[in-house]
Amino acid sequence: MQPVQLLAEDGTLTEHETYSPYLQGLDDDALRGLYRHMAVERRFDAEATSLQRQGQLALWAPATGQEAAQIGTIAALNPTDRVFPTYREHAMALYRGISPEELMTLFRATAHSGWDPNAYNFHLYAIVLASQTLHAAGWAMGIQQDLRLNALPRDRAADEIVLACLGDGASSQGDIHESMVFAASYQLPMLYLIQNNHWAISVPARTQSRVPLADRAAGYGFEGIRADGNDVLASYAVAAAAAESIRAGKGPKLIESVTYRIGAHTTADDPSKYRAAEELQEWSSKDPITRYRTWLTAADKADQAFFDEVKEEAEDLAADLRRTVPAMQSIDIERVFDTVYAEPHRQVETERAWLKDYEAGFAEEEGRK
Amino acid sequence: MTAESSEAAVRTLPLARAINAALRDELSADEKTLLIGEDIGALGGVFRVTDGLQTDFGEHRVIDSPLAESGILGTSIGMAMRGYRPVAEIQFDGFVFPAYNQITTQLAKIHNRTDGAIRVPVTIRIPYGGHIGSIEHHSESPEALFAHTAGLRIITPSSAQDAYWMTRQAIVCDDPVIVFEPKRRYWLKGEVDTANPAPDAFTAQVLREGTDATIAAYGPLVPVALAAAEAASVQGRSVEVVDVRSISPLDDETIARSAAKTRRLVVAHEAPTFGGFGAEIAARVTERAYHRLAAPVLRVGGFHMPYPPSGQEHRYLPDIDRMLEAVERAFAYQNGVVR
Ligand SMILES: Cc1ncc(C[n+]2csc(CCOP(=O)(O)OP(=O)(O)O)c2C)c(N)n1
Repeated sequence: MQPVQLLAEDGTLTEHETYSPYLQGLDDDALRGLYRHMAVERRFDAEATSLQRQGQLALWAPATGQEAAQIGTIAALNPTDRVFPTYREHAMALYRGISPEELMTLFRATAHSGWDPNAYNFHLYAIVLASQTLHAAGWAMGIQQDLRLNALPRDRAADEIVLACLGDGASSQGDIHESMVFAASYQLPMLYLIQNNHWAISVPARTQSRVPLADRAAGYGFEGIRADGNDVLASYAVAAAAAESIRAGKGPKLIESVTYRIGAHTTADDPSKYRAAEELQEWSSKDPITRYRTWLTAADKADQAFFDEVKEEAEDLAADLRRTVPAMQSIDIERVFDTVYAEPHRQVETERAWLKDYEAGFAEEEGRK
Repeated sequence: MTAESSEAAVRTLPLARAINAALRDELSADEKTLLIGEDIGALGGVFRVTDGLQTDFGEHRVIDSPLAESGILGTSIGMAMRGYRPVAEIQFDGFVFPAYNQITTQLAKIHNRTDGAIRVPVTIRIPYGGHIGSIEHHSESPEALFAHTAGLRIITPSSAQDAYWMTRQAIVCDDPVIVFEPKRRYWLKGEVDTANPAPDAFTAQVLREGTDATIAAYGPLVPVALAAAEAASVQGRSVEVVDVRSISPLDDETIARSAAKTRRLVVAHEAPTFGGFGAEIAARVTERAYHRLAAPVLRVGGFHMPYPPSGQEHRYLPDIDRMLEAVERAFAYQNGVVR
């Protein structure tokens, strides 16, 4: 199955009978917005990688190369649609309004999450692979319950859907299988996005699946579509079409977004040990941002002034990060005690009190000196 | 509440029916409470604990799930995040492990990971323990494996009255709660007073007063401990019985107070003693009441082996004699040394 592509690698746009009409939802401002979001994320990503190298972050998982897959998809959804990300959806997170600093907390290890999922309709990053795809299914079951009870929160559209993200590696986990069984059985309003970036740390996608991941959906009883994940317009159109069908009550959909992870899996590994330089070269020539910029320019949708403005915005964001990240402090361990349970728990109370006493002892001793 | 109506609220029920009544009352009280599990609908669960509930509340409130434990727990988490109160049934103790990851790495931690922004009030009902003559993986006691994970609450009732109230208290609690149900006691009858709540589910209770030794037990072994205390009294030993009830939090104060009073403590559970929850109780009571104890805290439990073929379970499970043997061993000590 050839991935759906609208924008070729050289930046030329081709018509697609099914998907091109969805681009009509994008006016020139929105088209420029897609570029802006991708370009800003890439700069943010580069800055985060260098902050990690300087010892300011415990770890970083770069998303460079995957900007189109992420921005195209999230732009096709409503703000009221709930996203359950993995740990590499930086472009989507920023798109939803999560601040760069909030996004950094996990990677700086100052908190497990720097944002309130309810505030952005964007759940926490998931470290245990595919675990979140079941939470997404449960959330979707909750939507069905709400509809039954006539109790959809007022600020949400009646056709709220759920986006569950995962990688090609995570597609091998048991939880994604169970999630898709639930989604199909209960006809849940769910969109699965597998970003097939070809590598799960050092293991190639072929070790996870002998068939295109999109094909798996058929086994559960719903449709899977392959999209060129380096083509932001195809990513948008395919997601918009899938979302439309899901909103119409036709059950779940799966998009396999064929893309490539340009950088390391995380700053902890060295891709030169497991993948060929030629492969990287080949995929670099399919770069999603370059391709889109070529088209925007040729189609007269954006001029140099716009690109300069985006560059400035991205540089400002990077400069802010360089300033704010080193100042980010870990939350106090008292806050961790506070939230182990929602209601008081005897052993937690006892241990909190013990630590307080213990540390007060040192303070007293210091005072005596 | 008039005397009449509270009297009408007292019924004699088997423990399983008491849980059924608790689920029914919570389903009625809050439309956001849902049941989910395998075979819990038309069949009413393999132990019939959910009998009749789907008929009365509909298949959207009492959800027959696909056969997928991680799925049951994972989707319960998602529903809870959205404001529902799912009560998930695991069919048997030995089948909770496919969901272990969702329970320990996800359910237990979400409130903490979100810095308190999201509560996940999921209740997990697990029939546990042996003595029902079943085949492998149907008789285990995995409570210690869950007790080690912060963020979970774990309780285990031993009477119909407690089963009713502790189940209701678990469902309304804003934390995840695992209710280990002593399956061999499902048919144990007792008075259930639906008007007068049992004590807080997260406390231990002294069920029988005594002066010479304490047996602390929970779930399926509580009736055994009471019978052992009765037998001991015939021999002139006054044995106090504490029902631990709550594994997490552990009400170590109540247990230690009893041990300090009687000066001898035997802890009993069905799970293997090695690395088991009895060790936690022993350590905590020793810390609190060391100077008051005449003997080391002794444990009675299963052996360090897989649960045996049930033809041998009578030799594996603590019974009255094994408890009395431990009490006698405790009496061999005087002020910490063997007499
Ligand atoms: C259950 C589990 N096993 C192992 C890991 C360690 N791990 C983290 S990311 C990763 C590879 C994931 O690959 P993929 O799903 O393709 O996503 P990508 O990182 O390529 O975006 C592994 C093995 C984990 N986080 N969770």
